[in-house]
Amino acid sequence: MLIFIMRRIGAMVLTMVVVSILLFVLLELQPGNVATKVLGPYSSEEQREIWLEKNGYNDPLYERYFHWLGRAVVGDFGESIKYKTEVSEILWPRLGNTAILGAATMAVVIPLALVLGVLAGMREGSATDRSISVLSIVTTSVPEFASAPILQAFFVFYLALLPGTSSMIGGFNPVELILPVMVLVLYDFGYVTRMTRASMAEVMTTHYIRTAVLKGLPYKTVIVKHALRNALIAPFTVVMLQINWLLSGVIVVEFFFAYKGFGFLILDASLTGDIFMIEACAMVAVFVAVATQAIADIGYTYLNPRIRFS
Amino acid sequence: MADQTIDALRGEPFFLRMLKGIALLRESGVGMIGAGLVLFWVLVAIFAPLLAPFDPLATLQPFAKPGDPYLLTAGKLFNGQAVEDVCTLIQEGANQGKYECATFLLGTDQVGRDVLSRLIYGTQRVLLFAPLATFCAYAVGIPMGLAAGYLRGRTDGILSFVSNVILSFPVLVLYVIIIATIGASGTNIVIAVTFASAPGIMRIVRGLVLDLRNREYVFAAQTRGESAWRIMFVEILPNARGPLIVDSCLRLGYTIITIGVLGFLGLGLPPPAPDWGGMINETRQMAMVAPHMTVVPCIAISSLVLGFNLLADGLREISLRD
Repeated sequence: MLIFIMRRIGAMVLTMVVVSILLFVLLELQPGNVATKVLGPYSSEEQREIWLEKNGYNDPLYERYFHWLGRAVVGDFGESIKYKTEVSEILWPRLGNTAILGAATMAVVIPLALVLGVLAGMREGSATDRSISVLSIVTTSVPEFASAPILQAFFVFYLALLPGTSSMIGGFNPVELILPVMVLVLYDFGYVTRMTRASMAEVMTTHYIRTAVLKGLPYKTVIVKHALRNALIAPFTVVMLQINWLLSGVIVVEFFFAYKGFGFLILDASLTGDIFMIEACAMVAVFVAVATQAIADIGYTYLNPRIRFS
Repeated sequence: MADQTIDALRGEPFFLRMLKGIALLRESGVGMIGAGLVLFWVLVAIFAPLLAPFDPLATLQPFAKPGDPYLLTAGKLFNGQAVEDVCTLIQEGANQGKYECATFLLGTDQVGRDVLSRLIYGTQRVLLFAPLATFCAYAVGIPMGLAAGYLRGRTDGILSFVSNVILSFPVLVLYVIIIATIGASGTNIVIAVTFASAPGIMRIVRGLVLDLRNREYVFAAQTRGESAWRIMFVEILPNARGPLIVDSCLRLGYTIITIGVLGFLGLGLPPPAPDWGGMINETRQMAMVAPHMTVVPCIAISSLVLGFNLLADGLREISLRD
């Protein structure tokens, strides 16, 4: 087990290193571009030369990369071109905001999807199963950028119940989180539901469930005590991997509702060419993705006794 | 039953076999609904010039609600003819003295372009770029997956690692960085989708090949001395087509969402040409006064994606039944 975890973490670090090289090459291969981005399009050739010399951009690419990596590892990503302050000063609060949004979404998605998935998978082919399956296909077909305006039109303009933006101008306000969370939940719960359903349906066909039923146990006991334990192993992985999807989803939702989070930050950085901010955001995003994947793998191995004891 | 069907299909011309294959879909209700939705939008795209009531770029009358008339004053031209000759004069009400020339079935947007016409022409772009991008992703992903699954060894190691690295990015982060770096255009969207989707396709193909490479017909081909590439493309690939067809439907739906998201984020196909995602983004600030401008393209894109997803579900249902 320990060896497995070490190998998993090793693979994770290797992936991060390769990603960092890719990003660095993509964004900083040409020092001239970096200087133009930092100093603006109206800077003179001479100014750019001085800046390049001062910031060590005349060194070979690999030296610059190691220099950058060394600072990035300790959380120093340089100075944001747009905000003119340390990238980390902007990045961490924004990431915190997104964590709140993501946590709220997961807090709704996980119970909802697990309950619906188990209900659907319990009796495969039943009317409940079919309605839940169709519902989950329909909701995953409505992308966030389409459900957001529709929900906004209904709840904000028609019913006038909820605020239309989530900029949190007057301090943190949970009511402003409702619409963004609703949009994310609608798009995300369908997939987890389908995976839970598939897992549950598979467990229900096994011999030990049949034995339990034939033994005369109440149906409820069979489901709760026997089926659920095995059926919920696979959804654990799915839920962890869903965090990766959520990072995509928050870009759209935060942009739409003007929520000051990580997704909005990376989009804004990409559009304005804030190179050091893009690098920092992308590294954080990939770290979150790779880390959740590793946790999913390790957790799956731990939860599944067939693998744990072999 | 399924075996008989497949046996009966053998020996018939390719075209007829395909038609009968499609006819199998009628066994699945949701699949039929999906196929219907997709067919509807394909027909809309093909017959766009006939269906669209107006030029999608012409500015006519801003902020018209669905069902509002297209009003012109005397002396103007409508479709190259004098208004007095082709339109009806309004006798009473607020618009007395103006001529009613046509109706905006879905209203107009903030600069006065007909939403219906833009929607119809937007279909063309979505249904051109999404299949093109998906096709390119398969053209790259399939050979990679075949090589990784069949050759194994170092090839597999390298290809799997590369795809793991690309798949470790949250997908939209990858798109945003790529498009923001190389610029927004039709070609670049195809490149970005290919780059981001090929690894996923590679994984699926690799998994299928790992299963198929131990079949007897593969051993027979190896004994005959067929080349590795021939075995991969002629012996293995055709037998992996079932799951790949289902996957391609899902992926098409997802590519449509991707193109829509990029348009929505302002990274899509450049304006003023009609683009569904772009239409949503351009009008959402004014959705409070005129929600139809935003909601109509939202429903359009959702129904098209739903079509592909239901179709995929129907196809999977049928393939599992065999």
